[in-house]
Amino acid sequence: MSILRTENLSLVYGKGTPFEKKAVNNVNIDINGGEVVGIIGHTGSGKSSLVQMLNGLFKPSEGTVYFKGQDIFKNPKELREFRFDIGLVFQYPENQLFEETVAKDIAFGPKNMGLSDDEIAIRVKKAARFAGLKDELLDRSPFDLSGGEKRRAAIAGVIAMEPKVLILDEPTAGLDPVGKEVLLTQIEAYHKESGNTILLVSHNMEDIAKISDRVLVMNDSEAIMFDTPEAVFSQSDKLKEIGLRIPEITEITIKLKEAGVNLPSGILTVEEAFKELLKLINKGGASNA
Amino acid sequence: MRDVTLGQYFPSNGVLHKLDARVKILFLIAFIVLIFCSFNFYALGLVTAFAAAAVILSKVPVKMFLKSLKTIILIVAITSILNLFYGTGEPLWQWWIFTITLDGIFNAIFVTVRIICLVVVSSALTFTTSPTDMTDALESLLKPLSVFHISVHEIAMMMSIALRFVPTLLEETDKIMSAQKARGADMESGNLLKRIKALIPVLVPLFVSSFRRAYDLAMAMECRCYRGGKGRTRLKQMHFTKKDAVATAVMLLLTAGVVLCDIFL
Repeated sequence: MSILRTENLSLVYGKGTPFEKKAVNNVNIDINGGEVVGIIGHTGSGKSSLVQMLNGLFKPSEGTVYFKGQDIFKNPKELREFRFDIGLVFQYPENQLFEETVAKDIAFGPKNMGLSDDEIAIRVKKAARFAGLKDELLDRSPFDLSGGEKRRAAIAGVIAMEPKVLILDEPTAGLDPVGKEVLLTQIEAYHKESGNTILLVSHNMEDIAKISDRVLVMNDSEAIMFDTPEAVFSQSDKLKEIGLRIPEITEITIKLKEAGVNLPSGILTVEEAFKELLKLINKGGASNA
Repeated sequence: MRDVTLGQYFPSNGVLHKLDARVKILFLIAFIVLIFCSFNFYALGLVTAFAAAAVILSKVPVKMFLKSLKTIILIVAITSILNLFYGTGEPLWQWWIFTITLDGIFNAIFVTVRIICLVVVSSALTFTTSPTDMTDALESLLKPLSVFHISVHEIAMMMSIALRFVPTLLEETDKIMSAQKARGADMESGNLLKRIKALIPVLVPLFVSSFRRAYDLAMAMECRCYRGGKGRTRLKQMHFTKKDAVATAVMLLLTAGVVLCDIFL
């Protein structure tokens, strides 16, 4: 079932001035409830502008966004309510922490929703658990946490609003490899447990390939592909043309296939490749390679 | 948030852009003195004409000047109304404690024109002088103060750093505001107290990131062996050119004109 749909969505900066620039041009996408959608694109391709329109922070120049069939821009007074349903985690979200304790900071969103204190306390605990924050951190100042913990505290602040759609803009940027891995696993677990829709903007093709049901490719302010990861990453030439790459393991398996190894196409993760190669070895049928 | 015009550099190839920034700053000071030394309509007219000429020569759209005037419109209104009622002499009109005299009307006109000229010419300076030129010029002009052990270079450096970070901080504010709005922060409604309270989630992160930036910058300067102004040379030397000489002549003429108007007319 469709949960988030855009119609001719366009955004123009500085309209009528010499600095006029199209950030998003005529994007039509339809996202289903419970889906994980990866959004990839070169720097400046319009990803961030797109996601900020999806939760109503930017008003589109043309077109609109429908959440469960309702036009979110129709009544400016109700726009704020939609932001609770479509949660957006910005790039480097740790820069938004401001409260005295982590718990209070996570409670900021739910408080704005007008929930009762009991409900807020429950949600804070729950969101902290989803984000992998230990209970003892909740009473500490957010400014005393480590970089990775700050990031997760900020993400918990959005999760606590229990949005039906969670949009994450480059959530792993600037984290160390372990931090990246942990955060991604956490996001996957959150998706599995809550069943909510997730939109993930990322530069890391491995991450996208690993968790997405569908991948949206942005180039030059337009949505040029919106398909399964297998279908998108099989078009490696086209992706390279617009300055993107495909997951390294997919690249390797394509090369192996060209060299005559009998592998299926559309391998996206190391685990998959490992399984397929193991199958081949057990069969003893690694033809002539 | 983004259209803060007062004190913004506007690049173009006007004559004023090419003048030495030191000359421009001195002229601004001289002009401000002249504005307040114009005691009759002739002198005031001369000064106003000069301000208008500055606007034209700057080759900056008039719209920009109007924008900077918009910010002071309230001050102009209040001072001119006060002046209107504070005149002495024969009352033209009277009601309760309010009296309007011819003297008061003149005062109000003078004050209005003076403030407008002041803002227009100061804007002409900031529109036509890049922040780096401005701080270089100030450093050069204030150099005599180093006799009194005032570290002029450091003051100039602080000013240029402050100016450099204005756009950065504006962008940062924008970003943090969006992030808090995404968490349902409401900054557009409610009474004054509520709105001030709503700014806390924006100001705290802004201060935190400003301090972080300051530490980073200090570290980066230290890494490049910055040790203050002693023995530092400049990439761009400032020169007093023929244009500046012409400008000086014009300024002297204006001064003479205003003085003559004050004395003889």
